[in-house]
Amino acid sequence: MTRHLKAAAPQLAALFLVLLANWIVFPEFFHIRVQDGRLYGSLVDVFNRGAPVALLAIGMTLVIATRGIDLSVGAVMAIAGATAATLVNDGHGAMTAIAAALAVGLLCGLWNGILVALLDIQPIIATLILMVAGRGIAQLITEGQIVTFVDPALIFMGSGAIAGIPMPVILAFLALCVTLFLYRRTALGLLTEAIGINRRASAYAGVNARAVLLVAYAWCGLTASLAGIIAAADIKGADANNAGLWLELDAILAVVIGGTSLFGGRFRLVLSFVGALIIQAMNTGILLSGFKPEFNLIVKAFVILVLLLMQSGASGALLDRLALIRSRPRLAPEGKEVS
Amino acid sequence: MNSARQPALLDLRGIAKSFPGVHALSDVDFTLHKGEVHALLGENGAGKSTLIKVLTGIHRRDAGTMHLEGQPIDLHDPADAQRLGIGTVYQEVNLLPNLTVAENIYLGRQPTRLGFVDRRRMARDARALLAGYGLDIDVNAALGDFSVAVQQLVAIARAADLSARILILDEPTASLDAQEVATMFAMVRQLKAQGLGIVFVTHFLDQVYEIANRITVLRNGRLVGSHATADLPRLDLVRLMLGKELAEIESADHAHGPGRGGLCASFRDFGKRRYLAPFDLDIHEGEVIGIAGLLGSGRTETAKLIFGIERADRGEVLVDGASARLAAPRDAIALGFGFCPEDRKTEGIVGELSVRENIILALQARRGWIKPIPAAEQKRIAEEFVRRLDIRTTDIEKPIELLSGGNQQKALLARWLATNPRILILDEPTRGIDVGAHAEIIRLIRELCGRGMSLLVISSELDEITVYSDRVVVLADRRHVGELRAAEISPRSIMAAIAGTDAPVAQQERPA
Repeated sequence: MTRHLKAAAPQLAALFLVLLANWIVFPEFFHIRVQDGRLYGSLVDVFNRGAPVALLAIGMTLVIATRGIDLSVGAVMAIAGATAATLVNDGHGAMTAIAAALAVGLLCGLWNGILVALLDIQPIIATLILMVAGRGIAQLITEGQIVTFVDPALIFMGSGAIAGIPMPVILAFLALCVTLFLYRRTALGLLTEAIGINRRASAYAGVNARAVLLVAYAWCGLTASLAGIIAAADIKGADANNAGLWLELDAILAVVIGGTSLFGGRFRLVLSFVGALIIQAMNTGILLSGFKPEFNLIVKAFVILVLLLMQSGASGALLDRLALIRSRPRLAPEGKEVS
Repeated sequence: MNSARQPALLDLRGIAKSFPGVHALSDVDFTLHKGEVHALLGENGAGKSTLIKVLTGIHRRDAGTMHLEGQPIDLHDPADAQRLGIGTVYQEVNLLPNLTVAENIYLGRQPTRLGFVDRRRMARDARALLAGYGLDIDVNAALGDFSVAVQQLVAIARAADLSARILILDEPTASLDAQEVATMFAMVRQLKAQGLGIVFVTHFLDQVYEIANRITVLRNGRLVGSHATADLPRLDLVRLMLGKELAEIESADHAHGPGRGGLCASFRDFGKRRYLAPFDLDIHEGEVIGIAGLLGSGRTETAKLIFGIERADRGEVLVDGASARLAAPRDAIALGFGFCPEDRKTEGIVGELSVRENIILALQARRGWIKPIPAAEQKRIAEEFVRRLDIRTTDIEKPIELLSGGNQQKALLARWLATNPRILILDEPTRGIDVGAHAEIIRLIRELCGRGMSLLVISSELDEITVYSDRVVVLADRRHVGELRAAEISPRSIMAAIAGTDAPVAQQERPA
């Protein structure tokens, strides 16, 4: 347990620092109030708004662990939202609509998995296909409109609450727990890490690499569709063009912040989840601080750069070099570069 | 063969080259005449590739002299070599498959007209060039559309056209079938008749005797002999390559394990085109089968076919008398096979995973993902094997990549022993590990077969193979060429079998 905590130190420190910064620019950041049986407040908002990316990050972690990547998750969100919205408007029940949307997400994931695992297409290209085509599919489902809906059960997925906790937060935690169970209580996690590190050696040891890859991509599609349902329910409408737009990048970022290497192998689901929260905490903080939203991207980029440097261990070397340059500027053999 | 009055086409004297920690070449002489095919032979690490790289300007020599037609030369980079007329064709075609045949031949020196590439002339020239070798193909088609054999011929044609003095063929026939080799040799003979000097690197002894005028053998970076092909019988050649003197060889101690058990698996007419000629092999319980042969003779190929990594395209396998499917390693593992590959790093260990995880990996994969081995059980298995095989590690949770080669090898052995296999294939189990671990692994091999496990052990160390094998299968030129039993097994008989002169061996047995 202590080992796990130690490994998580940079991420937890980063989350703490971002929250602290938020508190400084906005002293009421930690105020939480109850209204209509639901918790409200900036901190709750971080969790609530962060839920879709956190869901994407869960699936993305598994795919990245296999040494792959899934660029299509944003588009899958749009497809799932469109499916759910269209079905409830056609008079189907919310449960049917949600189940259908999840099934469609699973299918999307399987499609990616087949391209990668069975046809051996490079993951970045294989999933690019659905990233591009997916928005078209979503538009076909919505017939080019933004499909709004009023079904209270579906809307509940986005803005409802159980025991005061917003539904998106509950769903994201639930997905995290189920995924942890699926991967860490079985041998799937180990087999995934093995093929991510050395697919050939794993295959020679009898690991069914194709099946493991298929499951990872399918699960990624499933979590993306859940994120898509939440995003649609939140705005009570499915927007084929903008739902989940660019969120695949936030998801990849969350995974990397969480310390899972893009070269595959060891993965850390909980820390990817924390990574998603860090990203959302920054978004919320910048919004609250009154800076122009344009600053958001720049500040985010800077914070992420610092965080990644902290993790890479290159920062130590960099600091050493900076210290060296400063300490002996005039003693350098090539005197030209004296500052 | 050639007039000795003329200076040699290429004359290397006292060539030396070291890399940090290794003397790759020391004091090597090499002479190539016009109109000669000169085979350059040697096992792994003999220094063939280093010599070729010195010849083609990729490496600078540390010492020695190089003369081309009597003129001293000094190569700084591959372009120098090309300017001087030294061209190379590698095993892997190093042309561009997406360009046309003509473009490949004239790449970097396209004929131009008014500053633009004159495509028509380029195609005409290419066609004429290839027709000179009796090759009639569409020069405007992409090179990648043709078979590897044709691509090799195009590569040779390009190199000969570019260089026209010396042609180095570095294992050009490795992936060709007999018919294609014949076509290539026709081309090589034609170039030879044109007066080119040709350096030919290969693992196929038949091909050496078919086409080479001279043979030079390197071993451990040193020259061990240079002879006219006609003066060097095969057995002597194999002896030069493997470094055994007849006088050194002693009849090995055959205190071998218990008598053979029942038939466990048998392979009938099992093979794959362009990979390994079909073979028959019976594996009995509790026997150690040594697999011997020169580098590239088909030893690892045999292992990969048996383990289902490469899919056989003919023949069948019977396990316990029933026909079995063998299309993937998973099939082989289900039949109770295990395989420790030669290339530990890329095919064996899963580097970042711990020693424990590496040891249980095959067992876990066989149980399926849904039935994880409980943590306590994993720990018990790993600790048991760490103790039994004396794997030196501070902690079973240490990433396996941090262990030494010998300990990684033992951990891989543990991975398979944990699955309790019936047949275990070990490919060069003692390569690159220290002497102590070496002896232990040999002891383990004996112990395992004593418990009824069958082992197939591939090794280049003939002494070693002699010590533990009940039977030795000998390979040459991607074929199973012989099988030696108990008393017949000795380094000498193995070498004779490799050389293809097995008949007289029995009579030549020295008095003890």
